[in-house]
Amino acid sequence: MRPILLKGHERPLTFLKYNRDGDLLFSCAKDHDPTVWYAHNGERLGTYRGHNGAVWCCDVSRDSTRLITGSADQSAKLWDVETGAQLYSFNFESPARAVDLSVGDKYAVISTDPFMGQTSAIHVKRIDKDRSKQGSDSLLVITGPQGRINRVVWGPLNKTIISAGEDSVVRIWDAESGKLLKESDPETGHQKAVTSLVKSADGSHFITGSQDKTAKLWDTRTLTLLKTYVTERPVNAAAISPLLDHVVIGGGQEASQVTMSDRRAGKFEAKFFHKIYEEEIGGVKGHFGPINALAFNPDGRSFSSGGEDGYVRLHHFDADYFHIKI
Amino acid sequence: MGARKDFKWGDAADEDDGLEDVLPPTQVIGPDEKGIKIVIEWRKNDDGVKIKVTKTVRVKKQVKKLSPAVLRRRQLKKFGDAVGQNSSDNLTVVSTEEIFLERARPAGQTGSSKQDDKGSDLATLGNASLIVCRTCGKKGDHWTSKCPFKELAASKGFALGEKPPMDDETPGLPLPGAGSGTANKGSYIPPSMRGGSKADGGETMRRGRDDNSIRVTNLSEDTREQDLQELFRPFGPISRIYVAFDRETGLSRGFAFINFVNREDAVRAINKLDGYGYDNLILRVEWATPRADRS
Repeated sequence: MRPILLKGHERPLTFLKYNRDGDLLFSCAKDHDPTVWYAHNGERLGTYRGHNGAVWCCDVSRDSTRLITGSADQSAKLWDVETGAQLYSFNFESPARAVDLSVGDKYAVISTDPFMGQTSAIHVKRIDKDRSKQGSDSLLVITGPQGRINRVVWGPLNKTIISAGEDSVVRIWDAESGKLLKESDPETGHQKAVTSLVKSADGSHFITGSQDKTAKLWDTRTLTLLKTYVTERPVNAAAISPLLDHVVIGGGQEASQVTMSDRRAGKFEAKFFHKIYEEEIGGVKGHFGPINALAFNPDGRSFSSGGEDGYVRLHHFDADYFHIKI
Repeated sequence: MGARKDFKWGDAADEDDGLEDVLPPTQVIGPDEKGIKIVIEWRKNDDGVKIKVTKTVRVKKQVKKLSPAVLRRRQLKKFGDAVGQNSSDNLTVVSTEEIFLERARPAGQTGSSKQDDKGSDLATLGNASLIVCRTCGKKGDHWTSKCPFKELAASKGFALGEKPPMDDETPGLPLPGAGSGTANKGSYIPPSMRGGSKADGGETMRRGRDDNSIRVTNLSEDTREQDLQELFRPFGPISRIYVAFDRETGLSRGFAFINFVNREDAVRAINKLDGYGYDNLILRVEWATPRADRS
C-alpha cells in the first residue's frame, strides 16, 4: 500500500478520530489547530482555529455535526464540524486532557490535569442541542485518581465512565453518582502510565496501551483482563479493527531518545497483533518518530497513524491484508 | 529486409510523404454488454516496421455506495487554514514508497507447531512407504534431509539402513560414549567433532550442501528468506536458502547461503548480483568457501 502523508501539523500528533461514517478524519496535535481531513484522499477540509495550546483529544458526534476538543489552554471547545465555527468553550482551572461524547451526544465527559494545586478531575457536562441554552455547569465532578487522567470514555448506555491515566489503574465509575465501581487489579493490570484507551466498535471491550510496553484488552462491563499484547517499546496508542480480529499498537522510544539511536532501533512501526491469539502479525513502518495516535476507519479498510514527526499517515489496506492467515 | 538493403535516401522523402507510412488512427471497439473493449493501436518498431497491437480489455464498473451525508460533506467549503490556498495539495502527499505490512514471520510458515503437523501428515499419506530415510532407514516418517539423527548417525556408528534409536530419545542430547572416549565425560562435543563423523553418511549430505552454494554478505538486518527467494529465484531453481540469525538477539547476522540446483544459475547470480544495491546496502555475492577449507 502507498500511504497518504498528511503534513498539516507543525508539532507532534496527539490524537486521531474518524467520524462514524468514516469519511472524515480529525487530527489533534500539539500545535493549536485541530484539523479535519477527507479520509478517502487525505485532502484537508479545514482547521478549527481558537485554541491557544496543545490539543490533546477530540471526539465527534454521531451525526458528524459537532466536534469537541480538549486542550492545554484549560478549555474544551465545541465546534461546528462543517464550518469550523466555535460554538462553545468550557473553561477549566487546568488543562483538559481527554474528552468523550456520550451515546446520543447529550453529555460530554472531560478530564482535567493536576495543575497549580488542582487535583485531576473528571467532569460531566451537558451538551445542549440548542446552542443558546448551552451552560458550563458540571453535572458531576469525580476526583480521586492520582496524576493525569489520560483517557476517559463512556461505558455502555452511558451508565458508566471508564478512566485510565498516569497511576496505571483502569477505573469504572458510576456515571450518575460518581461512585467508583471497579478498579483494575494492580497485579495483573498495567504497571506504568496508561497512555491510550479505545473502545471496540460495539463497545463490549476496550484496549489500553501503557508505557509498561504492553497493551491490554478488557471487558467493558466486568473489567476482566481478556488479553495482553507484549511489545518491546512503550505503547502510546492502540486501536481495535472493527472488521478483523486485529489490534494495532503504536509506540516507540521517548522523543528525547530518538536522535540518539538508529532509526531501526526506534521501533516506530505500527504493530498488528491478532486480537485473540495475542500473536504478532506484522508491522507497518514509515514514521520517523514514535507513533502517538492510531485510529481505524469504522469500515476497517484503512487506518491512520499520527507520529511525533508531525505526520499523519493514512493507510488504505491492500486486498491481501484481508486474507492474512496466521 | 532485402528491400531495405538498396534503400536510397532520396526515396526516403517520398516514402515519408507516402500514405503507407502514416499510421492508422487508434480504433476502439466497444465496450459491449459484457464490458469487453477492443483497442487497436498501430505503431512502428525499431526496424520501422508497422505493428498492429490489439488489446482486449474488460471494463468493470465498481459500485461504491456512499451515504447522502457523506456525499454532501464532500461538497463542503473549506474553512480555517484550508481556505483560499492550494497549499492542501502540498500538505497531502501520496507516499512514493510502497509500504507493506511486514509479517513477523514469513507468510505460510507458522512456527514449529505447523511443521510438526506436516510431519505427521507425511505419515498419514497413502504413499508413506515411499518415504525412506537414507540416514536412519526409517520408513514413512521423514525425509532424509529432515532426519533427526542426521548428525548423530555417523557418531552412533550405525550405517545406512540400520534401525534408529528409540523414538523418544532426544537427538540434541550428548550421547554417552558418543565421543568414543576421546573427550572428558560431561563436556559437550559437537556432533561434527565426534568420532566417526567424517564417515560417509554425514559427509555426503554435507557435500550436497556445498554444491553450487553461494554466499551473500552485507545483507540488511531485515532481510528474510523470502526476500532472498524473490531476489535469487529468477536465476534458476534454488535448493536451499539459509539466512544466519543471531541466536540471542534473533536479528539477522547479515549473511546468507543460497544453493542453486544448477551451477550455471549460480554463476549468473554471482555475476549479476555481486555489487547490487539491495535495501541501501551493496551486496557481496561470491562462491561459498567449502567447509573443509575453512576449518
